[in-house]
Amino acid sequence: MSDAILVSIIMTLVASSTPILLAALGELVVEKSGVLNLGVEGMMLCGAVAGFAVAFSTGSIALGLVASVLAGIATAMVFAVLTLSLTANQVATGLALTIFGIGTSSLIGAGFVGKTIERLGPVFPAALSEHPWLRALFGHDIVVYLSLALVLGVSWFLSRTRPGLILRAVGENDASAHAIGYPVIAIRYAAVAFGGALAGLGGAYFSLALTPMWADRLTAGRGWIALALVVFSAWKPGRLLLGAYLFGAVMTFELQAKAAGISWIAPEVLAMAPYLATIAVLTMMSLGRKTGRLDAPACLGKPFSAP
Amino acid sequence: MTASPRDRADAPPRLALSQISKSFPGVKANEDISLSVRAGEIHAVLGENGAGKSTLVKIIYGVQQADGGSIAWNGETVSIPSPKAARRLGIGMVFQHFSLFDAMTVIENIALGLDEAVDRDELKARVAKVLESYSLPLDPEREVHTLSVGERQRIEIVRCLLQKPKLLIMDEPTSVLTPQEVDRLFETLRQIAAQGCSILYISHKLHEIKALCDTATILRGGRVVGTCDPKVETTRRMAELMIGSELRSIEGAHGGTAGMARLAVSDLSMPGEPPFGTHLKEISFEARAGEILGIAGVAGNGQAELLTALSGERLAASPQMIMLDGKPVATTGAGERRAAGLACVPEERNGHAAVPDFSLAENAILTARYRLPLAPQGFIRLGAVKRFAQAVIGRFDVRTTGPAAPARALSGGNLQKFIMGREIGQEPGVLVVSQPTWGVDAGAAAAIRQALVDLAAKGSAVVVISQDLDELLELADRLCVINEGRLTPPRAVADLKIEEIGLMMGGIHGQPEGAAAHA
Ligand SMILES: Nc1ncnc2c1ncn2[C@@H]1O[C@H](COP(=O)(O)OP(=O)(O)OP(=O)(O)O)[C@@H](O)[C@H]1O
Ligand SMILES: [Mg+2]
Repeated sequence: MSDAILVSIIMTLVASSTPILLAALGELVVEKSGVLNLGVEGMMLCGAVAGFAVAFSTGSIALGLVASVLAGIATAMVFAVLTLSLTANQVATGLALTIFGIGTSSLIGAGFVGKTIERLGPVFPAALSEHPWLRALFGHDIVVYLSLALVLGVSWFLSRTRPGLILRAVGENDASAHAIGYPVIAIRYAAVAFGGALAGLGGAYFSLALTPMWADRLTAGRGWIALALVVFSAWKPGRLLLGAYLFGAVMTFELQAKAAGISWIAPEVLAMAPYLATIAVLTMMSLGRKTGRLDAPACLGKPFSAP
Repeated sequence: MTASPRDRADAPPRLALSQISKSFPGVKANEDISLSVRAGEIHAVLGENGAGKSTLVKIIYGVQQADGGSIAWNGETVSIPSPKAARRLGIGMVFQHFSLFDAMTVIENIALGLDEAVDRDELKARVAKVLESYSLPLDPEREVHTLSVGERQRIEIVRCLLQKPKLLIMDEPTSVLTPQEVDRLFETLRQIAAQGCSILYISHKLHEIKALCDTATILRGGRVVGTCDPKVETTRRMAELMIGSELRSIEGAHGGTAGMARLAVSDLSMPGEPPFGTHLKEISFEARAGEILGIAGVAGNGQAELLTALSGERLAASPQMIMLDGKPVATTGAGERRAAGLACVPEERNGHAAVPDFSLAENAILTARYRLPLAPQGFIRLGAVKRFAQAVIGRFDVRTTGPAAPARALSGGNLQKFIMGREIGQEPGVLVVSQPTWGVDAGAAAAIRQALVDLAAKGSAVVVISQDLDELLELADRLCVINEGRLTPPRAVADLKIEEIGLMMGGIHGQPEGAAAHA
């Protein structure tokens, strides 16, 4: 296998992992604050369609990315108002949000089906990535670098900063956090908004970078993978990165295998491979630790209303 | 008493409440409560379980908002919309139900209790200083879920002391401390008060209030029913003011004509829950029909581990290590042990002994279904469950709106009464309880102790694990001490002096037959 092919595989791997990584990272912060938002897929789709619509109409990918973030936040706020202010059931509301997102994106996207735009290009000048191996380092678009920076940022925020400590405290024991005097609901609003922003951006990565063309249900269930990754990574940003890239790697392998016409494995089994491999690896990493139950934020999914 | 700032009559009181009222659905928790606290005064708030003490201090600390009335701070009317506002005024509070975060370390928990961001190293230094000057042992790097209740409480106390408060509110701070620890805490509190800080002190232990407090305000049913000087009033008189009637004494304690062993534990060893659990080492004892066996010890010496080993939450290595009525049960699960007649009550009521979000009736099913026909063939008989819960509520005078009330809505003592009633009501052959009267008022504590004595008199074996020596001496026929996971051989209570036990509990072994002899 030549370097060029290997590098192009790496490029595909990174690109296909990035939207999952973004959405999962956002959901990780949401869950750390004690909120379970199952509507990741819906928020991704809203971000995807908003990003595409704006990029198509204005011709600016940058504006498209901004729009996707805003759309993700707006969708997340619907969830936040229902579950945090009106203490609706988070699981039911999250599922409804997914359906809402699918419908809304179909509606808005109806006029754009099959339309294409210029895809999001690499951030560094082409001269830097002439050599194939340099391309693997410098040939990615801005969102890829942003997502990696966000992994570091979220990890640092949660473990090293006071606001991060407070956010974890709210997810760990909302009643205590309230008793000490932290604004539980406000903090959860902020976390849910952050989750929406990253899910929206992750969705837009599909429509602006991966397949710069609108198609219905473009995200193809990646929001659910993101949700599962958060759990299997034990709410740790570093493992999330590993999980997302592992998923991307096996998926790329699957595509390569298909393209190469390998027929001795049933295509259904190949299609399952990314899911199985990711779950197997992340589960094995958590094996043998007795403190498993302490990984999950203790108040995850529980409604809170100030007494 | 020498002239100190607190005696200046012209100065406005540090804190003055007037006509504070607060209602919850179905209860008036506070009604027209007025009281004032001078600078440097240690002021007790007394009252039965559910009298509204916690509610009142939560209003002062800004956790809850009064429906009516006003609060004056140093003579100026203030509103306290949040705990943060309270802390800005200089009010600190140690909660009855700790506000701690289990999965976080001690130092993180302390940092969360501070309003300003403090550099980690600086905070560590400050915490170390406070720990040292009040001689409180506590490891800042441990995670809270690995700590005993007593240790958890120290976190709360340190949190407050770091803020150099002007008014310190303590809601039942000594429930889980040993006599020595209580003495040390009192020295600390007196020292703080001498520096001009006022203290609002809630406790059910009236002798503590006599020893510590300058004034007492007594609540009953949410209203002030009197004030007194605890230094001159007898504890009995204060208890009667609280409950509004005469206090009963326990009858029939120490009358134990002990029969055959119902619970026999032999050479029970079990590694502690990593990383910080206490290892149980070769524990052997017998609890006989008709007797109450007391187990004393400082928190964190293996009591929790012993209770989980007995209850079946953790299984021992060989079945013969625990024999129940002659049958080996050490490797059978909690449900089977309950069915066979071994009931256990852990010290942590919310979350371990009861599910906070379940109703009392549902909580009753959880343990009582093994011995009472509440859910035959897996189908719940709602009528029977409700009747059983209602019977417990009635017999133990649990103050609540009924069997449908969620466990978390009950005041601490009332939930304890319900849990004790649930277990005693099943008439188990062996009952193991940890801190049976923790946070329970004097009247109700007497009722619970009486029920334990009665249960033993009917032929059950009762094991009481407690840090309250007075309680153990009042109840138990025989007493052992648990220390670093080892249990001393039991001794008849009649032969023991309280100082001896206190020393054994503190780990200072003066006697050859003490725990040290086994080490
Ligand atoms: N959040 C709440 N919701 C409903 N009722 C409540 C709530 N908090 C307290 N109560 C009720 O208000 C009354 C007073 O409770 P409070 O906790 O102040 O009692 P307490 O005097 O502190 O009792 P204890 O000695 O048992 O701690 C009780 O009847 C209790 O059930
Ligand atoms: Mg209370």
